[in-house]
Amino acid sequence: MAFLEIRDVHKRFGPAHILRGISLDVELHQVVCLIGASGSGKSTLLRCINALEVIDGGVINLDGDRCSGQGIDVDALRQEIGIVFQSFNLFPHMTVLDNITLAPRKVLRLPAAEAEDRAMQLLTRIGLAEKAKDYPDRLSGGQQQRVAIVRALAMEPRLMLLDEITSALDPELVAEVLNIVRDLARDGMTMMLATHEMHFAKEVSSKVCFLHEGVILEEGPPEQIFGDPTEERTQAFLKRIIDAGRL
Amino acid sequence: MLTYRKAATASLLFPPAGIPAMYHSLEAGRLAREGDVEGARTAGGKARDWSWYAVGVGLTVYVIAFLLFILFNNHGAVRVVFFGWSILTNGKAWHSMLKGFWINIQVFFITEIIVLVWALVVAIVRLLPGKACRPIRMLATLYVDIFRGIPAILVVYLVGLGFLQAKVPLVGDLSDNQYVILALSLTYGAYVSEVYRAGIESVHWSQVAAARSLGLSYTQSLRHVVVPQAVRRVIPPLLNDFIGLQKDTAIISVIGVLDVVNRARFINNAKGTLAAYSMAALLFLAVTIPFTRWLEWLQKRSQNRMQGGH
Ligand SMILES: Nc1ncnc2c1ncn2[C@@H]1O[C@H](COP(=O)(O)OP(=O)(O)O)[C@@H](O)[C@H]1O
Ligand SMILES: [Mg+2]
Repeated sequence: MAFLEIRDVHKRFGPAHILRGISLDVELHQVVCLIGASGSGKSTLLRCINALEVIDGGVINLDGDRCSGQGIDVDALRQEIGIVFQSFNLFPHMTVLDNITLAPRKVLRLPAAEAEDRAMQLLTRIGLAEKAKDYPDRLSGGQQQRVAIVRALAMEPRLMLLDEITSALDPELVAEVLNIVRDLARDGMTMMLATHEMHFAKEVSSKVCFLHEGVILEEGPPEQIFGDPTEERTQAFLKRIIDAGRL
Repeated sequence: MLTYRKAATASLLFPPAGIPAMYHSLEAGRLAREGDVEGARTAGGKARDWSWYAVGVGLTVYVIAFLLFILFNNHGAVRVVFFGWSILTNGKAWHSMLKGFWINIQVFFITEIIVLVWALVVAIVRLLPGKACRPIRMLATLYVDIFRGIPAILVVYLVGLGFLQAKVPLVGDLSDNQYVILALSLTYGAYVSEVYRAGIESVHWSQVAAARSLGLSYTQSLRHVVVPQAVRRVIPPLLNDFIGLQKDTAIISVIGVLDVVNRARFINNAKGTLAAYSMAALLFLAVTIPFTRWLEWLQKRSQNRMQGGH
């Protein structure tokens, strides 16, 4: 039994059938990359996993417990799963420190001092301790995204979902964010990431899934997907990426 | 040349600024003919500046002159009726008016505090999610529709006189001031809840997604993420509504509260001029203008603290 099991998941938005039977296993400490054209359903899949979207069919199990459909405690589920978005989504009216400590204080009910200690440790680790009292708009995009990652980590999730977290960044800021993800992977964090950074996907992932129009068309180890894709569509997609100079 | 024509118009409109405008524009023409392009440009710029002075200063002077003309026309009848010195300089009249105005101020402050809280409650109820909350959502909507649709003065009559006569449970035995506060709170609660609702809905859904993804409940997300951002955003429209409320406290005079308006009426009945109403107006201005400036300052400060975001 895999740590995260996704079985035949369907998602519709009105008449649009966006996820059309996704099945996928993620083992503990694995890093799974989702690649695929824009609109293929990567974000939707990630959002379904932590119940930001309600699925219309199939099941999702986390560590053996069903975490989709009716009657699940979404708030409890989301404490186990961290997600980081393309657009950072920091809370603009709170300092960096408050952004990070909000959920530990209000959800985990940690005392403020303890939550702040933990936040400062995390901030120190990513080199942003001196920004703790700043508001997000004073930070660069790369710094904001690093804070967003730390905000999710502060809940000590068992699974991290990263949705194109570098796509909104200037190229020179991408590395600082990816370095954190690399460290997380090295520390054994279980992660699923949607990304267009193919180099990075190749480097960190245990498994790469190519999504096409709401189905996983091909999945396998990165060497195989990037080196010897069997599906024509995967080949075409990777060729476009290579032509764009991104692999 | 364009500046020349503008300057000529300016001279006609307001000579003290128009004539320098004219001079500089002629100068610009002369320098241009002599080939001094830069000098001509500078002079042209000065001509334009003076033309704008002719508009800005000239029109102001004319408006003020017209107002003075009205004031002193007909042997100063307007001045006497609106600004009779015998009353405006009467200490006892001021004392009485201030006592009345104090009631307006109290009603305003208490109502405002009630409205700030009550309207937020209504707004949040109207935004409760899911099927289960549908009845209460509809109830809140009905409340807003009704009280936004009735003129405040009617609510004051109905609540202020009716609740007492009908001995309505819980609120059948309040003072006039309390009835007025209740009536204005009901009316303004409906308005302000709409302001809040717009503010809450203007906070981007991705902020809620971020909060919920961290494990915060719907209520916690509202409380810590959405409402604080919404409140900052609604300060300008709230300001408008509260200036409106401050003025609408004058409505309480219709049920006989001895507020500033009724006191003004007594003085006028005794003295036969309208100057006491002017005094009341000045008292309102003395509060609303600083109040506006203060809220604008607050708003600027919170903007400086929180820029951007979506
Ligand atoms: N809330 C929504 N309502 C309607 N359509 C949506 C919604 N979210 C996503 N979609 C649609 O689902 C499809 C997949 O979107 P998405 O998962 O964001 O793709 P990706 O992340 O791979 O670019 C797109 O066609 C998008 O328009
Ligand atoms: Mg996406």
